[in-house]
Amino acid sequence: MSNTISIRKGLNIRLVGEAKKEIKDISVSSTVGISPLDFHGLTPKMVVKEGDVVKVGDVLFFDKKEASIKFVSTVSGTVKSIVRGDKRRIINVLISTDGKQTAKKFDVSKASDFTAEDIKSLLLESGFWSTIKQRPLDVIANPNNQAKGFFVSSFDSSPLAPDYEYVLGDDLENLQKGFDALSKLTGDKVHLSSKPNSIFAKIKGVKHHSFDGLHPAGNVGTQMHHIDPVNKGEFVWSMNIQEVAAFGRLLSEGTVQATRKVALTGSELKNPQYVNVVKGTEMSAMLDKAVEGSNVRYISGNVLTGDQKHLTDFLGHYHNQVTVIPEGNEYKFFLTTGWLGHGFDKFSNSRLFPTFLLPKSKKFTLDTNTNGEERAFVVSGELERVFPFDILPVQLTKAAITQDIDGMENLGIYEVAPEDFALCEYVCTTKINIQEKIRQGLDLIASECM
Amino acid sequence: MEPHFIKGGKYEKWNPLFETLATFAFTPKLVTTKGTHIRDGVDLKRTMFTVVIALIPCLLFGIYNTGHWEYAVAEGNRDIPYFAEMGAKFLTGLTIVLPVVVVSYGVGLTIEFIFGMLRGHALHEGFLVSGMLIPLTMPADVPLWMVAIATAFAVIIGKEIFGGTGMNVVNIALTARAFLFFAYPTSMSGDKVWMSGLSEKMSTNTADLDGFSGATALGDLASFMSDKATVAGETVQSSMALQNFSTEYGVWESFIGMIPGSIGETSTLACLIGGLLLVLTGVGSLRIILSFFAGGFIMGLLLNMIGGNAYLDLAAHHHLVIGGFAFGAVFMATDPVTASQTAFGKIIYGFLGGFLAIMIRVLNPAYPEGVFLAILFMNIMAPIIDHYIIQANINRRLKRLKTA
Repeated sequence: MSNTISIRKGLNIRLVGEAKKEIKDISVSSTVGISPLDFHGLTPKMVVKEGDVVKVGDVLFFDKKEASIKFVSTVSGTVKSIVRGDKRRIINVLISTDGKQTAKKFDVSKASDFTAEDIKSLLLESGFWSTIKQRPLDVIANPNNQAKGFFVSSFDSSPLAPDYEYVLGDDLENLQKGFDALSKLTGDKVHLSSKPNSIFAKIKGVKHHSFDGLHPAGNVGTQMHHIDPVNKGEFVWSMNIQEVAAFGRLLSEGTVQATRKVALTGSELKNPQYVNVVKGTEMSAMLDKAVEGSNVRYISGNVLTGDQKHLTDFLGHYHNQVTVIPEGNEYKFFLTTGWLGHGFDKFSNSRLFPTFLLPKSKKFTLDTNTNGEERAFVVSGELERVFPFDILPVQLTKAAITQDIDGMENLGIYEVAPEDFALCEYVCTTKINIQEKIRQGLDLIASECM
Repeated sequence: MEPHFIKGGKYEKWNPLFETLATFAFTPKLVTTKGTHIRDGVDLKRTMFTVVIALIPCLLFGIYNTGHWEYAVAEGNRDIPYFAEMGAKFLTGLTIVLPVVVVSYGVGLTIEFIFGMLRGHALHEGFLVSGMLIPLTMPADVPLWMVAIATAFAVIIGKEIFGGTGMNVVNIALTARAFLFFAYPTSMSGDKVWMSGLSEKMSTNTADLDGFSGATALGDLASFMSDKATVAGETVQSSMALQNFSTEYGVWESFIGMIPGSIGETSTLACLIGGLLLVLTGVGSLRIILSFFAGGFIMGLLLNMIGGNAYLDLAAHHHLVIGGFAFGAVFMATDPVTASQTAFGKIIYGFLGGFLAIMIRVLNPAYPEGVFLAILFMNIMAPIIDHYIIQANINRRLKRLKTA
């Protein structure tokens, strides 16, 4: 194992509502939804129509631009409806479940002899390819490219994130199988980054790296930057570790395993804990009677990068976490809880608030109020304190806002994903939606330079 | 009440005014929509308000100091005890300084509101600080109409034509000061403006007031470069000049601020108290403040090494406590909008700022005070410094690409 890389520029946002290490099974909701919107930039081409009968692992739609990338059902049942937006864009594919979870069989009898091509086609056919993301652009990897590295992070350092050692501790065999396949796929270029003394150090056939320190130490983007940064013209891929284990299970059992361990977290939950749940499950099936109060925000994912959902929406494709926090849609008197208040209730990276005086064990209940209005960039040096890249975050953000393609290329847009800027967005005095600006910049690069 | 002011309401045009007052009293109920669902508590209101609080020591001391010199002029004696009749001096100072503050805020905020209404946004907080900085850089005897014109010039030409708070190229308060300095030099420099009531009294009765011409330390120092060195109005031999100067403007008196000068600049101590608050809260950059002082000190040492006349021989540390040096370092150079924005750039920017300030002060006979010119110059240079820092970052990335 190489030396531990310690991330000092960052921030651990200490929130109330960490998931207890108890697991509960959630039965499949009567309807599940697979949304093409979870995959940025995807134009879906439907394979099924309303009324079709599907099994777990059956293809629902594929990528119109790259037809080999397929998206599969996570349940067995019938296609209930294909929800479209005002301009006929496909918003969601709803499936009525039959509760049996009968699954499509894939031929894995010769799994140990699979070549790289066999593994790639199995990933594509089984829908697992959709969980592989590439940089640059932070979209689903293009299977026609060769990746210079495949990065997996074995821990999530974002607020209230699930502990993968707990989630995958009893599934190391399948995880090993998944990693073996990925090694074969990429020609031994798999990098696994873990915390020091992690149980994942037992995994063989990968290059181990050790990270500790502040969030975003667990973000795969941070790890890529410190291990082998992306240059223009290169591609790197990454995958969530729980998906690696699920793919390993497909290799041993021959069926797509769509159940994931998801952490239910946040200050508004009565009993934050882990649940076994099928991907695409309705939010209400997980959160029924579990939430205190009604003026809350449901988030699929974590508070920094997750998607806002209603109870009738569905768990996002890339999410292993659900967070429920209070909404902040109320006026705050300036001297008590507003902008000039004592501030002991706020969590701030700035020393304008007393957060830095409080003990590290103190946890906070934060709401969705922006705590101020949008302004121009005035304060400098603020984003740099939470951005552990050799990249100038303000300058890159400004290049993205001004659609300066040359500027973005020079300043390192190829290395970053919006999630890398999540902490910048959190701490920024301007209240600008920096992740959105970076995403728009990446979209421009995608259309002009790729 | 709100429905009247939102779009389509009865007083839609006045919404910026309503919004400004409403968001001052209450943090609005805006919630996050995209990206992170939670946000840091910090906002520009709190940031700017902290700077205003940091300026209060300078303001209070400036009021007292102005009152003191008004008293000294009235009695015709430069050497009246400093810490006596404090309440009365403070009240006198208040009657002189408060109108300047009121005019600065009144004119500036009015213009900001007009631009806000034209652009349909509420008041942005930047002027809360500029409005306090402008009076503190003025001589006590400045006519109020000049303050009004200078503030209007600074806000419109210095800031609003660039797009408002956060978009300006040069520091707003220094723009106001530079405007007056070049447009009305007789009111902003020379020997009669620094003590309230002095010029009026001198026009009627010059005899009593020998000790008052050349009224600031810098004015006296400038005279050392000419044939006729004066200290506190009395001609001295150049060999004795420095000694006389040190008696009149000792390091400690200057550090505490018991000397005439612009309203808020005289007390290095008050500036450092404010600077401490800025650095502790992270609003002001310690890099800039320290490198600014270091730059000034090193230039002072260089001048000492050259030597040759009384001004060049003035001790380097003495330079740091007279004139507007400390005020400029703490409150002007650290303005994040006009300073360098990269970490290493801030060190270069501060160092060169301090270096140039002393250079202009000593070596340019036309301008007794170099601090505001040096900072304005560095404001212009800051993007160039940043350009090279950014280019170095880009080159690192290109190099990686080539070696990969």
